[in-house]
Amino acid sequence: MIDPLQRLGAASLNAFAKLGRANLFLALALTGVPEILRRPGLLIRQMYMVGVLSILLIALSGLFVGMVLGLQGYNVLSDFGAEESLGVMVAASLVRELGPVVTALLFSGRAGSALTAEIGLMKATEQLSGMEMMAVDPMKRVITPRLFAGILSMPLLAGLFTYIGIYGGYFVGVLLLGVDEGSFWSQMQAAIDFREDIINSVIKSLAFGVIVTWIAVFEGYDAVPTSEGVSRATTRSVVYSAFAVLGSDFILTALMFGE
Amino acid sequence: MVRSDDILVRIRGLVFAHGRRRIFDGIDMDIHRGAVTAIMGPSGTGKTTLLKLIGGQLKPRSGTVEVDGHDVHRLSRGALYRLRKRMGMLFQSGALLTDLNVFENVAFPLREHTDLPESMIRSLVLMKLEAVGLRGARDLMPAQLSGGMARRVALARAIALDPMMIMYDEPFTGQDPISMGVLVKLIRTLNDALGLTSIVVSHDVAETASISDYIYVLSGGRIVGQGTPDELRRSDSPWVRQFMDGLPDGPVPFHYPAPEYREDLLR
Repeated sequence: MIDPLQRLGAASLNAFAKLGRANLFLALALTGVPEILRRPGLLIRQMYMVGVLSILLIALSGLFVGMVLGLQGYNVLSDFGAEESLGVMVAASLVRELGPVVTALLFSGRAGSALTAEIGLMKATEQLSGMEMMAVDPMKRVITPRLFAGILSMPLLAGLFTYIGIYGGYFVGVLLLGVDEGSFWSQMQAAIDFREDIINSVIKSLAFGVIVTWIAVFEGYDAVPTSEGVSRATTRSVVYSAFAVLGSDFILTALMFGE
Repeated sequence: MVRSDDILVRIRGLVFAHGRRRIFDGIDMDIHRGAVTAIMGPSGTGKTTLLKLIGGQLKPRSGTVEVDGHDVHRLSRGALYRLRKRMGMLFQSGALLTDLNVFENVAFPLREHTDLPESMIRSLVLMKLEAVGLRGARDLMPAQLSGGMARRVALARAIALDPMMIMYDEPFTGQDPISMGVLVKLIRTLNDALGLTSIVVSHDVAETASISDYIYVLSGGRIVGQGTPDELRRSDSPWVRQFMDGLPDGPVPFHYPAPEYREDLLR
């Protein structure tokens, strides 16, 4: 009788303890900011690893998502004779939702999981411990540059995704299906608002960048230092990131676009 | 052999526990400056834990660890890091940074802690690599090294900042006889040539005894024997005898505690 209750209690205590550790971890990682300002090379190297190496994946995915949007949008809009609005539909869905959200999900699969596995393995092979004994703070040397590389890369990648996605929609809609090019672009220009749409999109992708990278580096750092522990941490990193991104997207959308 | 009364590491009344399991139960230990001190004992007696306590990576439940006159666990973070620059540690796995090659691994502490020009870093790194016989392996990645080579690179890295002491965590485990011999010789030579103080944690009795000035034998959270290698070989303490002679059963039982055999089978 008491057993399930006890287990529930233990599980919730563990969850709260982990949340506490995650917050302490973030606070400690932020103390490394002066270090990356002093040695920008550390940050640039990590931006290459998590950002630049994700470009191909993000660009191709953006292209395909944009092409599908063009195709589906055309099918629906042409029923109402409104295919000239295709540009608005493609751009609005990419800028407001798909750009930040899909990029964040892809980013967590491509770069987040790699970060978790890398840091987890560094822990398992005593590299972090070794750094500590060499009087090098692994928090500042390893964690902070990776955290900020992820946070700064996300909006750039989401921007790229959106940009290429719009051209994917243009390719299918205008070049293949014959939507009028002038109305495709001019309606888009008229309907998309810089502050309302673009700025909010950047805010969203920044928020997702924080969420995904924070989860990724924390799960790696908090991993049980064994093969199984690292594999579990990597899975958790991707799963938690997906939940956190989709959940916070709803909240952010409600705050930004809900009247 | 250097044998002064100058004590570099002084441990008093050290108590440490993992959860409910007591790893150390009141340990006193003196590590003399300039000597090679071995800490031996069966696996699972917390020898590695002891090194982490000396390095300030773990905190004891009670007792003190003084290194060069500083109480390690009362130092501020900054002071602890300054002290660690003068302590080298060789991990069992080597703990090389897998994304850097051999040269960069040895250069790592120099780049992190000094502003030396590149040409001087190069000379220093080559000198350290020469000392461990791996100057020719500078461009290899850690994954291309054998276990023994990885440990020698880690040793070159540990002496990069010219520390006052080096702690070796199980340096001989899993080594073939040749690399074992190389490591044994290196530890003694480096200690004497560089004026270091070495602490060697190991359970390879013969190898460790051959290069140590003083040996502590740990078991069950206590020091069960200490002395020079000769004194220990002559010791009649059953603990020391079992360990030095490698007997399967003795004060350290062969069996993990279990219910009575017959009853367990017939249940």
